[in-house]
Amino acid sequence: MIEWLKRMLGPQTSSSTAKERLRLVLMTDHLALAPEIIENMKRDLVDVISRYVEVDREKVEIDFEREDRALAMMASIPIIAVNRPTGGGGSHDEKPAKPEAAPPAASATPSTASPSVNAATEPPKRRRRKKQPSSKPATAH
Amino acid sequence: MHELQPVHDEVPTAEPVKLGRAIVITSGKGGVGKTTTTANIGTALAKRGARVALVDADVGLRNLDIVLGLESRVKYHVLDVLEEQVSLDEALVPDKHSEHLMLLAAAQSREKDEVDTEKMRALIHQLRERFDYVLIDCPAGIEMGFKNAVVGATEAIVVCTPEVSAVRDVDRVVGLLGNAFKPQLIINRLRPQLVKKGKMLSVEDVNAILRLPLLGVIADEPEIIVTTNKGEPLALREEGATASAYHAIAARIAGEDVPAPTVETKESLFDKLGSFFGGRRA
Repeated sequence: MIEWLKRMLGPQTSSSTAKERLRLVLMTDHLALAPEIIENMKRDLVDVISRYVEVDREKVEIDFEREDRALAMMASIPIIAVNRPTGGGGSHDEKPAKPEAAPPAASATPSTASPSVNAATEPPKRRRRKKQPSSKPATAH
Repeated sequence: MHELQPVHDEVPTAEPVKLGRAIVITSGKGGVGKTTTTANIGTALAKRGARVALVDADVGLRNLDIVLGLESRVKYHVLDVLEEQVSLDEALVPDKHSEHLMLLAAAQSREKDEVDTEKMRALIHQLRERFDYVLIDCPAGIEMGFKNAVVGATEAIVVCTPEVSAVRDVDRVVGLLGNAFKPQLIINRLRPQLVKKGKMLSVEDVNAILRLPLLGVIADEPEIIVTTNKGEPLALREEGATASAYHAIAARIAGEDVPAPTVETKESLFDKLGSFFGGRRA
């Protein structure tokens, strides 16, 4: 009980910091080692978005960024054209519900210098972080 | 390197030769205690009466002979055998303490990429015909040296210390090995008191990530350093917590049903006082 109280009140232990760092670093490692997973995800993501807007598939970019304590996915998906809200563009039954998500130049004029949609699983802070220094402590004895 | 495959034995036909097991001891990261672990497990298996060959695959950085105290007896090394300069019998160095234990040393003045992978595979096979266990001490890294150490193996033991960097590297190595090598985990250099104080990753923390069968846990004990200094593996002893931990690992490798590995916490009065007064600083 006292242990528990101390745990709740005390500062974070270094082992829990280690655990947290390990979890993040392994997520990043596994993503880096599985390019096909990212490719598949990119394709599916673009497929879904394409139901609503026309996307420049060639220029889709996906990045992973480490925020302080979380990993965030940043997707840059250039939009070429937006289907008319009433149009039968969506192949699915439900109508594209969010025309307001369209960029300002929404009046169906194809533009190549298109805005991009930023999708992030975490609060979409766009601060670019420099690559963090290697997480290895100096050396093990 | 996804073509890594453990050696699969063909169904025995006429020859009743029972092949031994070839276990590669690896970690990715250097300095986690692969060589000490190899020497001690080898010693413990030999103490059980098994015939054991230890192969130092760390060509260029030979160390296993030192840990075993056999450095003055090494005349030839693994490359001499691979290049057919000497026979296997000439190169195998008998251990000081056990007639069941033999060492095939690494070449100190050569480089890892001088090893012919196919010949290495054949050599390990040849050893398996004569020994119950062939333990291969893998070099750090995941390059050629790793590949050559793994090529003849039938299974793997990964050694990990409770550190972020070591766990990360083991995770990578296990990914490279795949499930085919049935990797089992040894957590080395655990300091139970630090774990208790929240200053070190626990066995559970490490294995929540790696999720491997736990073969053993070795505490960070000064006596391991002392015995390594002397070139007499700790597993030569019958008694003591750490020696027993090595014997338990050997028993598990041999297929005995040994209770789950634990490490005892010897808490000194000082520690107790410290935790009583809330000395919890991370």
